[in-house]
Amino acid sequence: MIEIDQITKTYGTVNAVDAVSMTVETGSITVIVGTSGSGKTTLLRMINRLEEPTSGEVRINGTSTSTVKPHLLRRRIGYAIQGHGLFPHHTVARNIGAVPELLKWSRDEINARVDELLALFSMDPAEFRDRFPAELSGGQQQRVGVARALASRPDLLLMDEPFGALDPIIRTRAQEDLRHIQRKLGSTIMLVTHDMEEAISLGDRVAVMDGGKLVQYAPPAEIISRPATDFVANMVGDVERPLRLLSLISVAEIIEPGEADGEALPETASLRDALSACLWTGCDALPATRGGTVVGRVTLKAIRARAGAHE
Amino acid sequence: MMGIRTHLSPPGLLFAILGLAALLAPFMTLAANRIVAGDGIVAWRVAGPAITVPGVAAVMIGLAMGLVATWTRLRLLGAVFGLAGLLWLLSRSAPILLTQAGEYARVSPAAGFWCLLVIFMLLMADALAALKPGPFMRAVLLFAVLAALVLVLHSGLLSDLSVLQEFSSRRDAFFTEFQRHLGLAFGSLAAAALIGFPLGILCHHRAGLQGATLPVLSFLQTIPSLAMFGLMIPILGWVGNTVPGAQAIGIAGIGFAPAFLALLLYSLLPVVGNTVAGLAATPPAALEAARGMGMTPRQRLLRVELPLGLPIILTGLRIVLVQNIGLAVIAGLIGGGGFGTFVFQGLNQTATDLILLGALPTVVLALTAAILMDTLVELTRRIPEETA
Ligand SMILES: Nc1ncnc2c1ncn2[C@@H]1O[C@H](COP(=O)(O)OP(=O)(O)OP(=O)(O)O)[C@@H](O)[C@H]1O
Ligand SMILES: [Mg+2]
Repeated sequence: MIEIDQITKTYGTVNAVDAVSMTVETGSITVIVGTSGSGKTTLLRMINRLEEPTSGEVRINGTSTSTVKPHLLRRRIGYAIQGHGLFPHHTVARNIGAVPELLKWSRDEINARVDELLALFSMDPAEFRDRFPAELSGGQQQRVGVARALASRPDLLLMDEPFGALDPIIRTRAQEDLRHIQRKLGSTIMLVTHDMEEAISLGDRVAVMDGGKLVQYAPPAEIISRPATDFVANMVGDVERPLRLLSLISVAEIIEPGEADGEALPETASLRDALSACLWTGCDALPATRGGTVVGRVTLKAIRARAGAHE
Repeated sequence: MMGIRTHLSPPGLLFAILGLAALLAPFMTLAANRIVAGDGIVAWRVAGPAITVPGVAAVMIGLAMGLVATWTRLRLLGAVFGLAGLLWLLSRSAPILLTQAGEYARVSPAAGFWCLLVIFMLLMADALAALKPGPFMRAVLLFAVLAALVLVLHSGLLSDLSVLQEFSSRRDAFFTEFQRHLGLAFGSLAAAALIGFPLGILCHHRAGLQGATLPVLSFLQTIPSLAMFGLMIPILGWVGNTVPGAQAIGIAGIGFAPAFLALLLYSLLPVVGNTVAGLAATPPAALEAARGMGMTPRQRLLRVELPLGLPIILTGLRIVLVQNIGLAVIAGLIGGGGFGTFVFQGLNQTATDLILLGALPTVVLALTAAILMDTLVELTRRIPEETA
């Protein structure tokens, strides 16, 4: 558990981060979202003490970070820097293996881990292992940067706009991969983005920052249905709010008995997908399947009811 | 007409024109003794036709081969051919010229020879550059050229030339001063590196220290070299006389110590300045990532900053080495030894050959050092540059 307690960072007269308090549960993904200059990076960097807070403190599992030597603290925390910050003079393999090397893993262990991570990010180890960062595309550089942060299997992972340079398709894939890895390893992730869409689809909880202040810290559904301030509502986008909400609910929740014609939807699809399919095919109802067999149907009416439920 | 013109190498054309002009200049000088000025003799008069015709022809064919733009290897061959022609003319004519003259007579290469030598070396460099040899290949080529030079000098082919006569009468002194020269240049380089690296690293971390150090070192750099060597005499003389034990370890107003110190002072700015610049060239994001993953300041320095700054740091050492090989000549003036000893003796006696005995090896040494250091810098630059 990470407790951020009244943490403030002042540059000159400006509070880049202003008395932020929040608690992050172990094994969850927290996404910090906000406009440019709202203090997201600064907040993140105070957790691994790249920036010393002007006041307040951070406790990891009850221990204040100020009692640990900074470099030892940082070796336990994965950090994917905004941009990618790869070492231009080291190969991809050495970049990814940097923290394990600091932690004195054996050569074989490091090599195995490097190949495992490259494969995980859909980069053929044989092809990419010995390349230099300059010989990669921007998206590949960024994936290597994230792989480097994951290398030593840290319990806590700080990621500063890790998917910024990826195209939408790879981005969705990378988000799914990250989710998958996180679920498997049970790691705690704090991720910074300025993309509300990403925050909602990825976060167990979303922290919205504005001008250094934490304006709302809640699960995605709550952020959408009950934005704390106009700023949050703006970030979510009023018009799309029902759609965003639907994208968080799966078909399984509203399956009702009955039959329908048309292309079947798996129960794991979101209501947003279901709505889209209904509109596209012109049907009022579509069959829903579980494990390939039809178990009922989804109706436009039910979808509409859920979309309005929070109003 | 257009077709032919496009096949001409522009530098080759320039070399050919300059080379033909140089052929008209005196090729060798014959003097009655080592002090007086001699008479110049053009290339086709240095000996009988049996010697001059093939020699001059080789030079002209070499120049002509250098004209072909499309065939680099032919140009390279032309340079070798021309150089062989020069060597032939020089080695064959020297004994003949001497037998016709008096007992103390001296022959030496004259302006025409030196110009042609430079022209063929430039032609060779031009052709080699077009072949783009890798760093290792360049080192190999350098050693091949040096080996050829040593072989020619050792063979006695040129032993009738006045410079080599000066050499043979001073063989032991030559090698002593050679060692001294290397000692001065490399010793001061090593000392400058020993002081300059830590100082540069400190400056990198403390802006205040950097602000104080670099201007002082820059000021030292602006002191004219003769003045600097002159200044060392009273300063070290005073130290030698007042500090107990100083004289025992060789600290005195004249000799090795003041020359060494003067060179060291000149070396500090390039070493410290380039160390600071090299360390500052690290991409900020890479440094930030290094900090973020828990590297200690020492690990950041050794694993990130130094390797990334190495080409710039080595460039500083290259500047120092080449500069000190040249400057060490002035050590001869204050009894510091080195090739400067011959230069200044020669100046005193107005014996040009003696001056050359000091100057020529200095030039060869400086060129060799420059090429080797360039190769080294390039090897450390092999990492692809960041494009993002
Ligand atoms: N070292 C610094 N010195 C002075 N001001 C700083 C410093 N670092 C950040 N700031 C200021 O603090 C504020 C917050 O910066 P921060 O980098 O945390 O923003 P961010 O939310 O990460 O923005 P972005 O989305 O553009 O990355 C900005 O106004 C910035 O100008
Ligand atoms: Mg930021």
